[in-house]
Amino acid sequence: MAPILELRRLVKHFPGHQAVRDISLVIPHGSFFSLLGPSGCGKTTTLRLIAGFEEPTSGDVLLNGEIVNQRRPYERNVSTVFQNYALFPHLTARQNVEFGLKRHKAPDIDRRVKEALDLVSLTGKESRRPAQLSGGERQRVALARSLVLQPDVLLLDEPLAALDPKLRKQMRIELKAMQRRVGITFLLVTHDQEEALSMSDQLAVMNEGRVEQVGTPEDVYLRPQSRFVAGFLGGVNWINGVGIRPESVRLNRTAACQGTPATVTGSVFLGDCVQVLVRLATGENAVAQLARADANFKPGDAVHLSWNADDEMTLPS
Amino acid sequence: MKLREWFLLPARAWMAVLFAAPFAIVLAYSLMTRGDIGGIAPPWTAESYARLIDPLYLTILWRSFVMAAVATALCLLFAFPAALFISRSTSHRNLYLQLVMLPFWTSFLVRTYAWLFLLRDTGLINTLLESLGLTHAPLPLLYNDGAVLLGLVYGYLPFMVLPIYATLERLDPALVEAAADLGARPMTTVFRVIVPLSKPGIVAGSILVFIPCLGAYLTPDLLGGGRTVMVGNLVQNQFTTARDWPFGSAISMALMLIVTLLLVLFLRKESESLV
Repeated sequence: MAPILELRRLVKHFPGHQAVRDISLVIPHGSFFSLLGPSGCGKTTTLRLIAGFEEPTSGDVLLNGEIVNQRRPYERNVSTVFQNYALFPHLTARQNVEFGLKRHKAPDIDRRVKEALDLVSLTGKESRRPAQLSGGERQRVALARSLVLQPDVLLLDEPLAALDPKLRKQMRIELKAMQRRVGITFLLVTHDQEEALSMSDQLAVMNEGRVEQVGTPEDVYLRPQSRFVAGFLGGVNWINGVGIRPESVRLNRTAACQGTPATVTGSVFLGDCVQVLVRLATGENAVAQLARADANFKPGDAVHLSWNADDEMTLPS
Repeated sequence: MKLREWFLLPARAWMAVLFAAPFAIVLAYSLMTRGDIGGIAPPWTAESYARLIDPLYLTILWRSFVMAAVATALCLLFAFPAALFISRSTSHRNLYLQLVMLPFWTSFLVRTYAWLFLLRDTGLINTLLESLGLTHAPLPLLYNDGAVLLGLVYGYLPFMVLPIYATLERLDPALVEAAADLGARPMTTVFRVIVPLSKPGIVAGSILVFIPCLGAYLTPDLLGGGRTVMVGNLVQNQFTTARDWPFGSAISMALMLIVTLLLVLFLRKESESLV
């Protein structure tokens, strides 16, 4: 069976700017897949090429094994949850959800709208306009509006960016659970590595219009294939050519085992943990992320850095 | 007085001198008696208002409303697609806006006369049609309701284009994309999303076109050739040939009252539908 979505050597040039340079990806049916990268890396353009808002300069977008490059957005069975939701302000929550079904002249509209609103727990707020809903509720309407069409792929463009941090964490869990329940393929675009790691089955890390690495969250976090991926997904200390995550570094006052000698230069209190900043004998800086109880170091203390060999990240040469 | 209220002072002074005072004068005139050789004279009377009930005047008033309404509808029909086009164009947007406003560089009177030269029996259009052998007698293009409507639509079209453009320009492009994404074809997007969301501009433009059309007298006078009387011509006549200032003032007051009532009713209904 053909994959639900495939990108083949996709390229998109804008005047004076290459947004997407040769992207090939296969997104498995029913998976939660993320495109992760900094702003300007081409992830949103990639999403817009899939939705049909942009035409590729070269390369192909395949849905269910079929090339859809020439199809208009209304002829593709994908649906987008926009960053600011793009709800129709003149329509109620219910009318927003009905909009797509009416365009497709779908049968059983009332039942399907009710199910979609139930799915996102918006029952009782059907007749409110977007302006009368909270940010979280608006996002649920946007989700319901797209999911009710049962698209082959649901495209989510930074869907959590407009929410406050607490709600954002809660929605991560809900989004993931919702994806499992409906079984629809989700393609999420985000610049937030925590978001991508916590929700995705697989993710593609993008940089400057290219895919740097594709893999499971564990793959890309623990076995990055490039300095960029290692650095984008979390803090990393480069010591003697290998990368060590700050949370893998231990600090000892005595050279019990053969550790790397260093001097404490400061510390940053983060609430649930403390980051201790050290300077190595080579003059390089490193960070150790420690539990509060283990972090009673003062600037000037002489320490030794150690870590498990398993935690070393070696880049392919 | 707060500072920001001081900023209103010039506008208040302007309105007091150039709106409230003339309004009071017209109101006073409408309640007086016609002078023997024109102008006004005592005593106070409401007789002019009583004369308005005459079916002849009611017919003229009704015709004027119909003409203004048709002109407004036609303006909307032409202005909306133009405004949509301008708002969606990227490179020449300012040029198009300049073109919309270009007619204002010439006097309205001169432009209306230009139509006279285009439309009359020996005018450009009829001469051209005949020389091409398409017609053998001049088409009656001038001195009818059609010519008046043409003049009104031509004259007030920019007042419809600009407010609609202003709302369309602020329309979030993501909403248009969202509509397409949900399966709406372009025309469906226009009627289900773009038109409803540009309603404030459509309402503002319609008011800006309807009111001056209702009171228009130059266009019906020149292009209607005296055959299509609108209420503006009626008022004008009372102050000139008929020399009946009180009656002319009474018509003006009645017209103003009706328009204000209609506006209040309309805007109240609008604000209700928005909640």
